[in-house]
Amino acid sequence: MKKYRYSITTLLVLALVVASCGDQNGKASSNGALSSSAAEKVYVAPGEQDEFYAFLSGGYSGNLTVYGLPSGRMFKEIPVFSQFPTSGYGYSEETKPMLNTSYGFVPWDDLHHPDISQTNGELDGRWIFVNGNNTPRIGRVNLSTFETEEIIEIPNSAGNHSSSFITENTEYVVAGTRFSVPVPQRDMPINEYKGNFKGALTFISVEPEHGRLDIKFQLLMPGFNYDLSHPGRGESHGWFFFTTYNTEEANSLMEVNSSQNDKDFIAAINWKKIEEYVNGGGGTKIPANYAHNVYDETTHTGTSTMNKEVLTVDPTKVPGAVFFLPTPKSPHGCDVDPSGQYIIGNGKLSADLTIHSFDKMLAAIEEKKFDGEAYGIPILKFEDVLAGTVKSGGLGPLHTEFDAKGNAYTTFFISSEVVKWKLGTWEVIDRKPTFYSVGHLMIPGGNSRKPFGKYVVAMNKITKDRYLPTGPEMEHSAQIYDISGEKMELIYDFPTHGEPHYAAGCPAELLAPKSKKIYRLNENKHRYAVTNPGEARVERDGNEVHIYMSTIRSHFTPDNIEGVKVGDKVYFHITNHEQDFDVPHGFSIIGQNTSELLVMPGQTKTSVWEPKQVGVWPFYCTDFCSALHQEMQGYVRVSPANSNIDLSWSLGE
Amino acid sequence: MKKASILMIIGVSFLLGLFNFPLWNIVLGAPQYPEPLGMNIHIDGIRDMNEFDLQNIDGLNHYIGMRKLPKPEEMWEFSVFPMVIGGMIILGILVGLLGFLGKVDYKWFIGWFMIMSILGVLGMYDFNAWMVDYGTNLDPNAIMKLANPDGTPMSYKPPLFGHAKMLNFDVTSLPATGAWMMFTGMMLTIIAFFIGKSAKKATVKKHVVTAIKVKTNDK
Ligand SMILES: [Cu+2]
Repeated sequence: MKKYRYSITTLLVLALVVASCGDQNGKASSNGALSSSAAEKVYVAPGEQDEFYAFLSGGYSGNLTVYGLPSGRMFKEIPVFSQFPTSGYGYSEETKPMLNTSYGFVPWDDLHHPDISQTNGELDGRWIFVNGNNTPRIGRVNLSTFETEEIIEIPNSAGNHSSSFITENTEYVVAGTRFSVPVPQRDMPINEYKGNFKGALTFISVEPEHGRLDIKFQLLMPGFNYDLSHPGRGESHGWFFFTTYNTEEANSLMEVNSSQNDKDFIAAINWKKIEEYVNGGGGTKIPANYAHNVYDETTHTGTSTMNKEVLTVDPTKVPGAVFFLPTPKSPHGCDVDPSGQYIIGNGKLSADLTIHSFDKMLAAIEEKKFDGEAYGIPILKFEDVLAGTVKSGGLGPLHTEFDAKGNAYTTFFISSEVVKWKLGTWEVIDRKPTFYSVGHLMIPGGNSRKPFGKYVVAMNKITKDRYLPTGPEMEHSAQIYDISGEKMELIYDFPTHGEPHYAAGCPAELLAPKSKKIYRLNENKHRYAVTNPGEARVERDGNEVHIYMSTIRSHFTPDNIEGVKVGDKVYFHITNHEQDFDVPHGFSIIGQNTSELLVMPGQTKTSVWEPKQVGVWPFYCTDFCSALHQEMQGYVRVSPANSNIDLSWSLGE
Repeated sequence: MKKASILMIIGVSFLLGLFNFPLWNIVLGAPQYPEPLGMNIHIDGIRDMNEFDLQNIDGLNHYIGMRKLPKPEEMWEFSVFPMVIGGMIILGILVGLLGFLGKVDYKWFIGWFMIMSILGVLGMYDFNAWMVDYGTNLDPNAIMKLANPDGTPMSYKPPLFGHAKMLNFDVTSLPATGAWMMFTGMMLTIIAFFIGKSAKKATVKKHVVTAIKVKTNDK
């Protein structure tokens, strides 16, 4: 025990030394003539638009944020796994089903890794996929509405971290478990982990036209921790690579006990081979229970279905499909270069990066040059698959992205820097400090066959002293580097929302032209929609009261409602009749035990209100919609439970 | 005269464009509308420049008490104009054909042109009268009742031709493709008239010469 503590202390001291060196560099370059040219590079004049979209994960906010590059301006927060009172997501009747799981309604998650859909290895901008870490889920966001359209729960998984990465034609979105668990779950002693727990790697097929998700198969791997992953591309298309740690299979004091092996593995999965096996009837269906939630854009309504079965595959039953590549010291990020030839293991407890060669791996497999096996899975010889090592001089490499000119950019958490190096020669070209403790980094398209290597965004874990202080808690910082030249240049700092773990970016012209402006009222198929104010009405069904209400600048139809009684469950179904860009109307009523609604043009949303007191209660529009917004209001008369006042409603009488 | 008649038929045919293209276009831009709203005035009705523009113009206009833009069935003009234009096209082509066959002379061409011009001026007069009514005949219960500095109620009549500033909007009203096609076509009918006229002169000259020759031979 003492010995471990000693080595960790050394590591920390070292980190402090390196970080303070970085500090001096940063201060020096943020003065003088350099800053003025940096200002020009990030300045997007009023009325002008950014060159790139950047989607930053919100981490523990559970949501996805949209930024512009190079300005660092935030455009939107897209709610995915967390309730979002700003729009009513997860509060409205239509969106509550989106957060349904086998554990019931789970209104939060930890969102980590956005990935934009691809065709032939290039970004196509149809959807962006994200993972919920805590209650394993994968979400799909439509990139013309920028709204969550689908969430699928992942059974037999825990700590859904090596997710949500897509194959180069978006055939699959892949979700790997970070924590291995008993499969199926059962009551057993924790210390019998070793050999008994399993790590599920889940391949979810994506239907090409509508993006619908469906679990194709789950590969039940040995009980390691599957940390991160990336797809093969180009020549290595058909393969998927996962980093692992805790190959020791420890179940306690992991920070020490899972760091003992000199090498962990990168698991190489030939998913095409497994797909064939499964299509040929291979695999075992086991009982499961997981939610599949789909939001329909024309009904503006989400539905949740529980699936009861999942197809599992034992990797030893598909010879030639799964191999282990030894990789030093608990590798974290697992990145594949644009050609698909190099697989980079970012050994987070070492100073070096290990790069494996795809061709060498194939040759070694061909010649069956194995170095033993783990649970029946062949282990390749480290030397046989190694393409090279980057002797960076940094500490704690985490993640690598690529530009289009054969360079790679790696973040170093402990030494707090971004290091640029050359693929093939493995030489370090440049290094720049970050402020501070950088996690992920992102180059638009930097994990595809076609990167747009103009900027790199570094997402940092520590913010202190970068902005005006806001008490003990503050947002994380991100930093933009210009990487168009030989040397990187730090050009901008901006705060993010939540904790960005990873990001995905793409050129603005891929998404801006197809971004939806309104929903068409004449395509609104919501069950409670009113497409014409003449149909606005109030109906009673037992103690449920359904108010079919429409809005247009600036009134509700109807705006006077009588005949509601204490104990009723009142559903306000609000349809926004505007067909003009950016004219939402909001809705809220006093004492509502839920959030407001923000209803986009042409959309219908529903809020439930259960009046508890007799009286005349106002409701109003929460979005400043016009010069007469303050007048956009109405009243509901609530009578005693035993009264016999008939329902009535009106506008302008 | 054959050449003139063909030109007459071509010129008149240009008016067919009015059945497809707008006659007039009114665009409303404001700081809040970086993509301006607009209406296209066709001979059979007013249409959106971009989808939902009319609905959004009506939505804005209701604040100042303007009526909704008329549907085709709400104005007699939108059923009569297509008939008048259609009739004039048939008439013009008929005149051209008869000219080609030598049954009528070039003066009919200018005659058609003059009738068409009178109808055009009447149409413009009517259109302007509607705009005056639309822009000044306001709902007395309007949400916003605005007055000019001299105290008279503000008018929202769009310009017939050119630009005007109306509250926060820049309004531009200009002839559109249909009008330009009509203008081009009508110019062609004038040219047809002149060609016809000079062709006639030439023929007369030839006849005179022939007559003289005949006389000489008689001697
Ligand atoms: Cu409103």
